[in-house]
Amino acid sequence: MPVLVPNSLREATELLAAHPDAHLLGGGTDLMVEVNFNHRRPTTVIALRKLAEIQEVEIRDSHVTIGSGVPYADMEKGPIATALPALAAAARTVGSPQIRSAGTLGGNLGTCSPAGDSLPVLFALDALVHLNSATGSRDVSIHDFMVGPKRNSRHSDEIITAVTIPTTTGWQGYSKVGVRNAMVISVASACLAIDGGKVRIALGSVGPTIIRCRDAESWLNGVADLSQPIPDAVATEFGKRVSSEARPITDHRSTADYRKHAVGVLATRLIQRGTAQ
Amino acid sequence: MSNSEIYTLRINGEERQVKDAWIGESLLYVLRERLGLPGAKGACEQGECGSCTVMLDGRAVCSCLVMAATAVGSDIATVEGLNMDGSLTDVQEAFITEGAVQCGFCTPGLVMAVHNLLDESPSPTEHHVKEAISGNICRCTGYGRIFAAIDKVVAVRKGEAQ
Repeated sequence: MPVLVPNSLREATELLAAHPDAHLLGGGTDLMVEVNFNHRRPTTVIALRKLAEIQEVEIRDSHVTIGSGVPYADMEKGPIATALPALAAAARTVGSPQIRSAGTLGGNLGTCSPAGDSLPVLFALDALVHLNSATGSRDVSIHDFMVGPKRNSRHSDEIITAVTIPTTTGWQGYSKVGVRNAMVISVASACLAIDGGKVRIALGSVGPTIIRCRDAESWLNGVADLSQPIPDAVATEFGKRVSSEARPITDHRSTADYRKHAVGVLATRLIQRGTAQ
Repeated sequence: MSNSEIYTLRINGEERQVKDAWIGESLLYVLRERLGLPGAKGACEQGECGSCTVMLDGRAVCSCLVMAATAVGSDIATVEGLNMDGSLTDVQEAFITEGAVQCGFCTPGLVMAVHNLLDESPSPTEHHVKEAISGNICRCTGYGRIFAAIDKVVAVRKGEAQ
Protein backbone atom coordinates (compact mmCIF):
# COMPACT_ATOMS: atom_id res chain seq x y z
CA MET A 1 0.00 0.00 0.00
CA PRO A 2 1.35 3.40 -0.77
CA VAL A 3 1.69 6.06 1.88
CA LEU A 4 0.83 9.40 0.32
CA VAL A 5 1.90 12.63 2.02
CA PRO A 6 0.25 15.55 0.21
CA ASN A 7 1.46 19.07 0.87
CA SER A 8 -1.80 20.92 0.28
CA LEU A 9 -5.49 20.38 0.92
CA ARG A 10 -6.20 20.50 -2.79
CA GLU A 11 -3.62 17.79 -3.47
CA ALA A 12 -5.04 15.74 -0.59
CA THR A 13 -8.65 15.91 -1.83
CA GLU A 14 -7.55 15.00 -5.37
CA LEU A 15 -5.60 12.00 -4.05
CA LEU A 16 -8.62 10.95 -2.02
CA ALA A 17 -10.86 11.22 -5.09
CA ALA A 18 -8.41 8.94 -6.92
CA HIS A 19 -8.15 6.53 -3.95
CA PRO A 20 -11.60 6.47 -2.35
CA ASP A 21 -10.65 3.47 -0.21
CA ALA A 22 -7.63 5.27 1.29
CA HIS A 23 -7.26 5.62 5.04
CA LEU A 24 -6.86 9.20 6.19
CA LEU A 25 -4.14 9.49 8.81
CA GLY A 26 -4.15 12.33 11.35
CA GLY A 27 -1.97 12.01 14.43
CA GLY A 28 -1.81 8.23 14.11
CA THR A 29 -2.78 7.47 17.69
CA ASP A 30 -5.70 5.23 16.63
CA LEU A 31 -4.72 3.86 13.24
CA MET A 32 -1.13 3.00 14.12
CA VAL A 33 -2.23 0.88 17.08
CA GLU A 34 -4.37 -1.18 14.70
CA VAL A 35 -1.55 -1.40 12.15
CA ASN A 36 1.05 -2.35 14.80
CA PHE A 37 -1.16 -5.20 16.00
CA ASN A 38 -2.10 -6.34 12.48
CA HIS A 39 -5.74 -5.60 13.15
CA ARG A 40 -5.85 -3.45 10.07
CA ARG A 41 -3.84 -3.47 6.87
CA PRO A 42 -4.88 -0.41 4.91
CA THR A 43 -4.14 -0.58 1.21
CA THR A 44 -3.52 3.15 0.84
CA VAL A 45 -2.82 5.81 3.45
CA ILE A 46 -3.13 9.54 2.90
CA ALA A 47 -1.32 11.31 5.74
CA LEU A 48 -2.62 14.77 6.55
CA ARG A 49 0.19 16.05 8.75
CA LYS A 50 1.77 18.32 6.11
CA LEU A 51 -1.40 20.24 5.30
CA ALA A 52 -0.95 23.82 6.51
CA GLU A 53 -4.65 24.52 5.84
CA ILE A 54 -5.79 22.20 8.65
CA GLN A 55 -3.37 23.60 11.26
CA GLU A 56 -5.01 27.01 11.47
CA VAL A 57 -6.83 28.45 14.47
CA GLU A 58 -9.19 31.44 14.40
CA ILE A 59 -10.41 32.89 17.69
CA ARG A 60 -13.35 35.33 17.67
CA ASP A 61 -15.65 36.50 20.46
CA SER A 62 -18.51 34.36 19.18
CA HIS A 63 -16.66 31.25 18.09
CA VAL A 64 -13.35 29.45 17.68
CA THR A 65 -12.43 27.60 14.50
CA ILE A 66 -9.82 24.92 15.05
CA GLY A 67 -8.12 23.13 12.16
CA SER A 68 -8.61 19.37 12.19
CA GLY A 69 -4.83 18.87 12.36
CA VAL A 70 -4.24 20.95 15.49
CA PRO A 71 -2.98 18.66 18.27
CA TYR A 72 -4.61 18.50 21.70
CA ALA A 73 -1.44 19.94 23.24
CA ASP A 74 -2.39 23.28 21.67
CA MET A 75 -5.87 23.21 23.28
CA GLU A 76 -4.76 22.48 26.85
CA LYS A 77 -3.48 25.99 27.44
CA GLY A 78 -3.13 29.31 25.67
CA PRO A 79 -5.78 31.23 23.74
CA ILE A 80 -7.94 28.20 22.80
CA ALA A 81 -8.10 27.17 26.47
CA THR A 82 -9.11 30.70 27.47
CA ALA A 83 -11.89 30.84 24.90
CA LEU A 84 -13.11 27.25 25.41
CA PRO A 85 -12.31 26.06 28.96
CA ALA A 86 -14.36 22.86 28.54
CA LEU A 87 -12.37 21.87 25.47
CA ALA A 88 -9.14 22.57 27.36
CA ALA A 89 -10.32 20.39 30.25
CA ALA A 90 -11.21 17.59 27.83
CA ALA A 91 -7.88 17.96 26.01
CA ARG A 92 -6.00 17.60 29.30
CA THR A 93 -7.61 14.19 29.86
CA VAL A 94 -6.50 12.78 26.50
CA GLY A 95 -3.83 10.06 26.88
CA SER A 96 -0.46 11.45 27.90
CA PRO A 97 1.61 14.45 26.80
CA GLN A 98 3.02 12.32 23.96
CA ILE A 99 -0.48 11.39 22.77
CA ARG A 100 -1.68 14.99 23.05
CA SER A 101 1.27 16.11 20.91
CA ALA A 102 0.02 13.88 18.10
CA GLY A 103 -3.75 13.41 18.52
CA THR A 104 -6.10 15.85 16.78
CA LEU A 105 -9.74 16.93 16.73
CA GLY A 106 -9.93 15.63 13.16
CA GLY A 107 -8.80 12.22 14.34
CA ASN A 108 -11.37 12.13 17.15
CA LEU A 109 -14.08 13.05 14.60
CA GLY A 110 -12.83 10.65 11.96
CA THR A 111 -12.77 7.74 14.41
CA CYS A 112 -16.00 8.91 16.10
CA SER A 113 -15.65 6.63 19.11
CA PRO A 114 -18.33 7.30 21.76
CA ALA A 115 -15.35 7.54 24.14
CA GLY A 116 -13.66 10.30 22.10
CA ASP A 117 -12.76 12.88 24.74
CA SER A 118 -13.44 15.99 22.68
CA LEU A 119 -16.80 14.87 21.32
CA PRO A 120 -19.06 15.71 24.33
CA VAL A 121 -17.64 19.24 24.20
CA LEU A 122 -18.49 19.57 20.52
CA PHE A 123 -22.03 18.28 21.19
CA ALA A 124 -22.64 20.55 24.19
CA LEU A 125 -21.39 23.59 22.28
CA ASP A 126 -23.22 22.78 19.01
CA ALA A 127 -20.08 22.63 16.90
CA LEU A 128 -20.00 22.68 13.12
CA VAL A 129 -17.74 20.28 11.19
CA HIS A 130 -16.16 21.54 7.96
CA LEU A 131 -15.49 19.05 5.18
CA ASN A 132 -13.74 19.43 1.83
CA SER A 133 -13.68 17.23 -1.24
CA ALA A 134 -12.15 17.68 -4.68
CA THR A 135 -15.49 19.01 -5.90
CA GLY A 136 -16.61 21.26 -3.05
CA SER A 137 -17.08 21.82 0.65
CA ARG A 138 -19.88 21.53 3.18
CA ASP A 139 -20.56 22.16 6.84
CA VAL A 140 -22.33 19.59 8.99
CA SER A 141 -23.68 20.05 12.50
CA ILE A 142 -21.93 17.74 14.96
CA HIS A 143 -25.39 16.35 15.80
CA ASP A 144 -25.73 15.11 12.22
CA PHE A 145 -22.07 14.16 11.85
CA MET A 146 -21.82 11.37 14.42
CA VAL A 147 -24.38 8.72 13.49
CA GLY A 148 -23.26 5.68 15.50
CA PRO A 149 -20.37 4.06 17.32
CA LYS A 150 -17.33 4.74 15.12
CA ARG A 151 -19.68 5.88 12.35
CA ASN A 152 -20.04 9.33 10.90
CA SER A 153 -21.62 11.01 7.91
CA ARG A 154 -18.33 11.94 6.22
CA HIS A 155 -18.44 10.96 2.56
CA SER A 156 -15.58 8.76 1.38
CA ASP A 157 -14.17 11.58 -0.78
CA GLU A 158 -14.20 14.16 2.03
CA ILE A 159 -11.52 15.38 4.41
CA ILE A 160 -12.45 16.95 7.76
CA THR A 161 -10.71 20.32 7.61
CA ALA A 162 -11.83 22.21 10.72
CA VAL A 163 -14.40 22.53 13.47
CA THR A 164 -16.15 25.75 14.44
CA ILE A 165 -17.09 25.82 18.11
CA PRO A 166 -19.34 28.62 19.43
CA THR A 167 -18.18 30.21 22.69
CA THR A 168 -20.60 30.54 25.62
CA THR A 169 -21.60 33.53 27.73
CA GLY A 170 -21.53 31.43 30.91
CA TRP A 171 -19.49 28.71 32.57
CA GLN A 172 -18.43 25.56 30.73
CA GLY A 173 -16.72 22.46 32.07
CA TYR A 174 -15.89 18.84 31.42
CA SER A 175 -15.51 15.81 33.66
CA LYS A 176 -14.48 12.26 32.95
CA VAL A 177 -14.41 9.01 34.91
CA GLY A 178 -11.70 6.46 34.27
CA VAL A 179 -9.71 3.92 36.24
CA ARG A 180 -6.81 6.30 36.81
CA ASN A 181 -5.76 9.86 36.09
CA ALA A 182 -3.34 9.51 33.17
CA MET A 183 -3.52 7.45 30.01
CA VAL A 184 -7.11 6.39 30.38
CA ILE A 185 -10.00 5.85 28.02
CA SER A 186 -13.17 7.27 29.51
CA VAL A 187 -15.72 5.08 31.25
CA ALA A 188 -18.13 8.01 31.31
CA SER A 189 -17.73 11.70 30.55
CA ALA A 190 -19.83 14.84 30.45
CA CYS A 191 -19.57 18.40 29.18
CA LEU A 192 -21.82 21.07 30.66
CA ALA A 193 -22.14 24.61 29.37
CA ILE A 194 -24.28 27.58 30.36
CA ASP A 195 -25.11 30.00 27.58
CA GLY A 196 -27.62 32.82 27.71
CA GLY A 197 -28.76 31.56 31.11
CA LYS A 198 -29.60 28.10 29.72
CA VAL A 199 -27.82 24.82 30.42
CA ARG A 200 -26.61 22.26 27.91
CA ILE A 201 -25.13 18.88 28.71
CA ALA A 202 -23.65 16.12 26.54
CA LEU A 203 -22.46 12.68 27.65
CA GLY A 204 -19.65 10.47 26.35
CA SER A 205 -19.12 6.69 26.61
CA VAL A 206 -22.71 6.03 27.69
CA GLY A 207 -24.40 5.39 24.35
CA PRO A 208 -23.83 4.56 20.70
CA THR A 209 -23.21 8.25 20.02
CA ILE A 210 -22.59 11.23 22.27
CA ILE A 211 -25.91 11.99 23.97
CA ARG A 212 -27.37 15.47 24.46
CA CYS A 213 -29.76 15.32 27.40
CA ARG A 214 -32.47 17.59 25.99
CA ASP A 215 -35.14 16.56 28.51
CA ALA A 216 -32.90 17.19 31.52
CA GLU A 217 -31.78 20.50 29.98
CA SER A 218 -35.31 21.80 29.47
CA TRP A 219 -36.39 20.63 32.92
CA LEU A 220 -33.53 22.49 34.62
CA ASN A 221 -33.99 25.57 32.45
CA GLY A 222 -37.64 25.62 33.54
CA VAL A 223 -37.07 25.31 37.29
CA ALA A 224 -33.74 26.98 38.10
CA ASP A 225 -32.07 30.36 37.88
CA LEU A 226 -28.57 29.43 36.76
CA SER A 227 -27.12 32.83 37.59
CA GLN A 228 -26.84 31.76 41.24
CA PRO A 229 -25.92 28.56 43.10
CA ILE A 230 -28.74 26.06 42.70
CA PRO A 231 -30.13 24.06 45.66
CA ASP A 232 -28.53 20.66 46.22
CA ALA A 233 -31.87 18.93 45.69
CA VAL A 234 -32.19 20.51 42.25
CA ALA A 235 -28.64 19.55 41.31
CA THR A 236 -29.30 15.97 42.43
CA GLU A 237 -32.57 15.77 40.52
CA PHE A 238 -30.77 17.13 37.43
CA GLY A 239 -28.19 14.35 37.82
CA LYS A 240 -30.95 11.74 38.02
CA ARG A 241 -32.63 13.08 34.91
CA VAL A 242 -29.33 13.19 33.00
CA SER A 243 -28.62 9.63 34.11
CA SER A 244 -32.01 8.44 32.83
CA GLU A 245 -31.15 9.71 29.34
CA ALA A 246 -27.90 7.68 29.19
CA ARG A 247 -28.02 4.45 27.19
CA PRO A 248 -24.83 2.68 28.23
CA ILE A 249 -23.69 -0.86 27.58
CA THR A 250 -21.60 -3.21 29.70
CA ASP A 251 -18.17 -3.88 28.21
CA HIS A 252 -14.59 -4.61 29.29
CA ARG A 253 -14.20 -1.11 30.71
CA SER A 254 -17.29 -0.88 32.88
CA THR A 255 -20.82 -2.04 33.54
CA ALA A 256 -23.87 -0.24 32.22
CA ASP A 257 -25.14 0.31 35.77
CA TYR A 258 -21.91 1.98 36.87
CA ARG A 259 -21.82 4.21 33.78
CA LYS A 260 -25.42 5.30 34.35
CA HIS A 261 -24.64 6.14 37.96
CA ALA A 262 -21.38 7.90 37.10
CA VAL A 263 -22.85 10.31 34.53
CA GLY A 264 -25.49 11.34 37.03
CA VAL A 265 -22.80 12.18 39.57
CA LEU A 266 -20.81 14.06 36.92
CA ALA A 267 -23.89 16.08 35.91
CA THR A 268 -24.68 17.02 39.52
CA ARG A 269 -21.12 18.11 40.20
CA LEU A 270 -20.82 20.05 36.94
CA ILE A 271 -24.02 22.03 37.50
CA GLN A 272 -22.93 22.78 41.08
CA ARG A 273 -19.56 24.01 39.86
CA GLY A 274 -21.10 25.93 36.99
CA THR A 275 -23.58 27.82 39.12
CA ALA A 276 -21.16 28.44 42.01
CA GLN A 277 -19.08 30.77 39.83
CA MET B 1 3.94 13.05 -2.15
CA SER B 2 6.25 10.24 -1.27
CA ASN B 3 6.08 6.59 -1.98
CA SER B 4 6.88 4.39 0.90
CA GLU B 5 9.42 1.92 -0.45
CA ILE B 6 12.39 4.32 -0.40
CA TYR B 7 12.38 7.54 1.52
CA THR B 8 14.71 9.77 3.48
CA LEU B 9 14.29 10.80 7.10
CA ARG B 10 16.16 13.62 8.87
CA ILE B 11 17.26 12.16 12.19
CA ASN B 12 19.47 14.05 14.64
CA GLY B 13 20.36 16.41 11.80
CA GLU B 14 21.46 13.65 9.41
CA GLU B 15 19.67 12.51 6.26
CA ARG B 16 19.09 8.77 6.51
CA GLN B 17 17.75 6.73 3.62
CA VAL B 18 15.21 4.00 4.41
CA LYS B 19 15.09 1.19 1.86
CA ASP B 20 12.87 -1.85 1.39
CA ALA B 21 10.48 -0.70 4.06
CA TRP B 22 7.05 -2.26 4.18
CA ILE B 23 4.09 -0.03 4.35
CA GLY B 24 2.83 1.05 7.69
CA GLU B 25 6.10 0.53 9.51
CA SER B 26 6.29 2.68 12.60
CA LEU B 27 9.05 5.19 13.10
CA LEU B 28 10.10 3.13 16.12
CA TYR B 29 10.63 0.04 13.95
CA VAL B 30 12.53 1.99 11.30
CA LEU B 31 14.80 3.63 13.88
CA ARG B 32 15.64 0.36 15.63
CA GLU B 33 15.59 -2.26 12.91
CA ARG B 34 16.57 -0.37 9.76
CA LEU B 35 18.73 2.53 10.89
CA GLY B 36 20.62 1.07 13.85
CA LEU B 37 19.27 3.54 16.39
CA PRO B 38 18.04 1.30 19.22
CA GLY B 39 17.81 4.04 21.86
CA ALA B 40 14.04 4.31 21.58
CA LYS B 41 12.61 1.14 23.12
CA GLY B 42 9.64 -0.87 21.92
CA ALA B 43 7.30 -2.22 24.55
CA CYS B 44 3.57 -1.62 24.24
CA GLU B 45 3.39 -0.55 20.56
CA GLN B 46 0.21 1.40 21.39
CA GLY B 47 1.38 4.68 22.87
CA GLU B 48 0.79 3.68 26.48
CA CYS B 49 4.31 3.29 27.86
CA GLY B 50 6.41 6.14 26.46
CA SER B 51 9.58 4.07 26.15
CA CYS B 52 9.78 4.96 22.44
CA THR B 53 9.55 8.74 22.98
CA VAL B 54 11.32 10.86 20.34
CA MET B 55 11.00 14.50 19.30
CA LEU B 56 9.13 15.08 16.04
CA ASP B 57 9.28 18.68 14.81
CA GLY B 58 9.89 19.84 18.36
CA ARG B 59 7.13 17.80 20.03
CA ALA B 60 7.62 14.70 22.19
CA VAL B 61 5.69 11.83 20.61
CA CYS B 62 5.54 8.05 20.79
CA SER B 63 7.52 6.86 17.77
CA CYS B 64 5.47 3.65 17.70
CA LEU B 65 2.45 5.73 16.64
CA VAL B 66 4.22 7.65 13.87
CA MET B 67 3.95 6.02 10.46
CA ALA B 68 7.59 6.35 9.41
CA ALA B 69 6.93 7.21 5.78
CA THR B 70 4.86 10.22 6.86
CA ALA B 71 7.80 11.73 8.76
CA VAL B 72 9.60 12.65 5.53
CA GLY B 73 10.62 16.31 5.75
CA SER B 74 10.24 16.40 9.53
CA ASP B 75 12.97 16.90 12.11
CA ILE B 76 13.35 13.78 14.22
CA ALA B 77 15.49 13.79 17.35
CA THR B 78 16.25 10.61 19.28
CA VAL B 79 18.04 9.94 22.55
CA GLU B 80 21.21 9.17 20.57
CA GLY B 81 21.25 12.77 19.33
CA LEU B 82 21.05 14.52 22.70
CA ASN B 83 24.83 14.83 22.78
CA MET B 84 26.20 13.80 19.43
CA ASP B 85 29.73 13.24 20.85
CA GLY B 86 28.37 10.41 22.99
CA SER B 87 28.81 12.18 26.30
CA LEU B 88 25.97 12.22 28.80
CA THR B 89 23.58 15.11 29.27
CA ASP B 90 22.93 16.55 32.71
CA VAL B 91 19.62 14.68 32.81
CA GLN B 92 21.32 11.37 32.04
CA GLU B 93 24.03 12.07 34.64
CA ALA B 94 21.39 12.86 37.25
CA PHE B 95 19.46 9.67 36.47
CA ILE B 96 22.66 7.73 37.20
CA THR B 97 23.76 9.58 40.31
CA GLU B 98 20.27 9.68 41.84
CA GLY B 99 19.59 5.99 41.20
CA ALA B 100 16.74 6.60 38.75
CA VAL B 101 17.86 3.73 36.50
CA GLN B 102 17.04 0.18 37.53
CA CYS B 103 16.27 -2.12 34.62
CA GLY B 104 16.77 0.87 32.34
CA PHE B 105 14.14 0.03 29.76
CA CYS B 106 12.07 3.17 30.37
CA THR B 107 15.12 5.40 30.78
CA PRO B 108 15.64 6.66 27.19
CA GLY B 109 11.98 7.65 26.89
CA LEU B 110 12.02 9.30 30.29
CA VAL B 111 15.22 11.17 29.45
CA MET B 112 13.55 12.55 26.32
CA ALA B 113 10.40 13.49 28.25
CA VAL B 114 12.44 15.19 30.99
CA HIS B 115 14.56 17.17 28.52
CA ASN B 116 11.35 18.27 26.82
CA LEU B 117 9.83 19.29 30.17
CA LEU B 118 12.86 21.27 31.34
CA ASP B 119 13.33 22.96 27.96
CA GLU B 120 9.79 24.32 28.29
CA SER B 121 9.70 24.81 32.08
CA PRO B 122 13.05 25.29 33.81
CA SER B 123 11.37 25.31 37.27
CA PRO B 124 8.41 22.94 37.06
CA THR B 125 6.07 22.36 39.98
CA GLU B 126 5.72 18.83 41.39
CA HIS B 127 2.33 18.56 39.67
CA HIS B 128 3.82 19.70 36.37
CA VAL B 129 6.60 17.10 36.63
CA LYS B 130 4.10 14.31 37.33
CA GLU B 131 1.96 15.43 34.41
CA ALA B 132 4.97 15.65 32.08
CA ILE B 133 6.10 12.09 32.74
CA SER B 134 2.61 10.60 33.05
CA GLY B 135 3.06 9.00 29.63
CA ASN B 136 6.27 7.21 30.63
CA ILE B 137 5.73 4.03 32.58
CA CYS B 138 8.46 2.75 34.93
CA ARG B 139 7.74 -0.52 36.71
CA CYS B 140 10.95 -0.62 38.77
CA THR B 141 11.62 2.59 40.60
CA GLY B 142 8.27 3.71 41.94
CA TYR B 143 9.27 7.08 40.46
CA GLY B 144 10.80 8.46 43.66
CA ARG B 145 14.36 8.36 42.30
CA ILE B 146 13.16 9.78 38.97
CA PHE B 147 11.64 12.79 40.75
CA ALA B 148 14.90 13.13 42.69
CA ALA B 149 16.89 13.15 39.44
CA ILE B 150 14.66 15.84 37.96
CA ASP B 151 14.95 17.93 41.13
CA LYS B 152 18.73 17.57 40.91
CA VAL B 153 18.88 18.81 37.31
CA VAL B 154 16.64 21.77 38.13
CA ALA B 155 18.82 22.69 41.11
CA VAL B 156 22.10 22.30 39.20
CA ARG B 157 20.85 24.34 36.28
CA LYS B 158 19.86 27.09 38.73
CA GLY B 159 23.31 26.94 40.28
CA GLU B 160 21.89 25.73 43.62
CA ALA B 161 23.60 22.34 43.66
CA GLN B 162 26.50 20.47 42.13
